[in-house]
Amino acid sequence: MQYLTSEEIRALERKANSIRQSIIEMLTEAGSGHTAGPLGMADVFTLLYFGIMKHDPENPDWEERDRLILSNGHICPVLYATLAHAGYFPLEELLTLRKLGSRLQGHPHRGSLPGVETSSGPLGSGISQAVGMALAERIDNPYSSKFFYCLTGDGELNEGQIWEALMLAGKEKLNNLVVIVDRNGIQIDGYTKDVMPLEPLTEKFESFGFDVQEVDGHNIRALNDAIGKAQSVYSQPSVIIAHTIASKGVDVFERDFRWHGNPPGKGPEDRVEKSKQAEVALQKLRSLAGTIRPLDID
Amino acid sequence: MFASHLQPQLSNGSVERVPTRFGYGEGLLEAGKRDERVVALCCDLTESTRTHLFAQAFPNRFVQVGIAEQNMASVASGMAAMGKIPFMASYAMFSPGRNWEQIRTTIAYNNSNVKIVGAHAGVSVGPDGATHQAIEDMAIMRVIPNMVVLAPADVHEARKATLAAAKFDGPVYFRLGRSETPVVTTPESPFEIGKAQLLYTRDKTHERKVGIVVTGSLLYNALMAAESLQKEGIGTSVLHMATIKPLDNAALQAFAAEHGALVTVEEHSIIGGLGSAVAECLAECCPTKIARVGVNDRFGESGEPDELISFFGLDVPAIVAAAKRVVL
Repeated sequence: MQYLTSEEIRALERKANSIRQSIIEMLTEAGSGHTAGPLGMADVFTLLYFGIMKHDPENPDWEERDRLILSNGHICPVLYATLAHAGYFPLEELLTLRKLGSRLQGHPHRGSLPGVETSSGPLGSGISQAVGMALAERIDNPYSSKFFYCLTGDGELNEGQIWEALMLAGKEKLNNLVVIVDRNGIQIDGYTKDVMPLEPLTEKFESFGFDVQEVDGHNIRALNDAIGKAQSVYSQPSVIIAHTIASKGVDVFERDFRWHGNPPGKGPEDRVEKSKQAEVALQKLRSLAGTIRPLDID
Repeated sequence: MFASHLQPQLSNGSVERVPTRFGYGEGLLEAGKRDERVVALCCDLTESTRTHLFAQAFPNRFVQVGIAEQNMASVASGMAAMGKIPFMASYAMFSPGRNWEQIRTTIAYNNSNVKIVGAHAGVSVGPDGATHQAIEDMAIMRVIPNMVVLAPADVHEARKATLAAAKFDGPVYFRLGRSETPVVTTPESPFEIGKAQLLYTRDKTHERKVGIVVTGSLLYNALMAAESLQKEGIGTSVLHMATIKPLDNAALQAFAAEHGALVTVEEHSIIGGLGSAVAECLAECCPTKIARVGVNDRFGESGEPDELISFFGLDVPAIVAAAKRVVL
C-alpha cells in the first residue's frame, strides 16, 4: 500500500474539487445529464487516477495498465472530467459532452474516447466484464500485478446480472478484482431503501465470497487505506462499499435524489432557482477549494 | 444439377445425418489448437453444445459460467477486451434469447471479438417444445449493428463456420441444431463468410424456372425440392446463404434476375430472418416475386423433429408447393 502524505492528500482534494467544477461546467453546457452521482464519486475517481492506478495518458492502450470499468455509465461526466484532468484529451473538449459528433457520448462508448475501457449505460454488466478481464489476465499471467477496478452504483445492485457476476468472481477467487460501490442511497425514483432495500449489503457480498470493507467515500486517506487492503487480499475478490453523499461538494444539491438525472439549470428549484444553479454550484466549489488545509495528523 | 463438391450420393437420395453442433465441437477444438487466444465459455450445457471437447483439451481456457447467460455475454466481452477470442455457447433460446441487451451493448457496441453460438435452434429441437425452440434468433441478431450472422447447413459447414469465425475480427453469431441434420457438403466444399454458394443449377432446357434461396439446416430439403421440381419440368436452382448478414447482395441480385421468382427457406420465423433479408434487398433494387417458407408467425410445439418439420410446412412438399405458387 502506498502511503499518502498530508500534502499529497491536500493536492488530491484540490484536484477532486477542480474535477467537480468541470462536471458542473460540462453538464450546464450540455443541458442534460446526471449531476448527483458524478459529484459524489469525484473523490474516488481522483484517488484512483491520480494516486493508485497504473496508467499512461500518453499511451492509453498500454497493456500493463490497470483497468477501470465504469458499470453505471450514467455517471460518465466524472470519468470524462477525470480523464481530461489526467491528460487523456484537452479540457476544452469536456464542453462537447452529449453534442452531435462529440467523443463524449451521453453514456460511454469504447473506441470513441481514449481511456474509456467499455461501453456502459444499461445497468448491471460492468462486474461481469471486469470478471472476464480478470479471468483473461489470470490465463496469461497468474502472477500479474494488474488490478481491475469496477465501479458500480448502489441502485444498480437491483440488477440480477450483478449477482450472477459476483457468484462467478467468488467461485474463481479473483483477487485481482476490486468492486467499488457508490453507496449514496439514492436512485431515480427515490431512496434505495424504499425502491429496493439492499441491506444487509455487507453480509450479502460476504456470502458471495467477497472481502468487504465499508469506508467514507470522501475521505481520501480512508479510501486509500481500503484500496490498499483490497489489493492485498490473498484469495478473494474485494468489494469496497464507499459511503458517499449524492452531489457532494455543492451543499444545496446534496443528498437530494431529484439531482440524480438533472443538470444545473434544470434541477429542483426550491433551494436555488434554475437560472442560478450553475453559478451557485461553482461558487460553492471555489470557496470550498480555499478551505482545503493540511490534516492535523501530520 | 448438384454442385460438384457436394456429397456424391445425393443424386440417389441417400444421405448421412449428423447434428451440426458436432461440427462446432470439432471446429472449436481445432481453433483452440491453432490459436491460443481462443477461449470457451458455457452455461451448464457443456456436453450438449459439444464445448466439452475444448474444455477437456484446454481446461485453463474454459470458463464454466453456470446457468447465467447474461453474465456469460459480458464476461466474454471482458475477455475479448484483454485480447482473447471467446466462443460462448448455450441454447439459442437463452443466448441470444435471454441476453440480447448484454450482447448489444457489451459485445456489439464495443465491437468485441466475441463469437456467440446458439445451439438447439429451430423447431427440430423436437419434444422439448416451444420454450426451447428458437425461431427468432436470426432476427434479433441481424438487427444489431456490427453483428455477423451465420447459419451453417450441416456438420462440415458448422466446423468451417467455427474456424472462419475464429479468424474473423468482430462479433459473430451462428446457430446450430440439436437433431441429426443431413450431411450435404463435404470437407472440400467452399465456405466463406459473406459469400453465397450456388449448390444446384437449373436445367436450362425447361422453360419455367424458379430459384430457391435457403439457409442452414433445411438445405437438404431445398435440394430435394429442386430435384422434384425439375422432374416436373420446372428449372430450379438453389442458392445457399450460410451468411444472413452481411447478405451477399450481388449473388442474390444476380440469382433473382436469372430466375425471376424465388422461394426462401429457413427453419426460423418468416419474420426477420432470411426471408426478410432477401425481401429487403430485392425490394430496393429489383422487385421479385417471393414465397417465404418458414415458421408462419407462431410458436413451436412438441413432437419428433421430422414430424415438426412437416407440421410447420418446412418439408420438401411444402417447398415444392411454394415454388409452384411463384413459378414463372
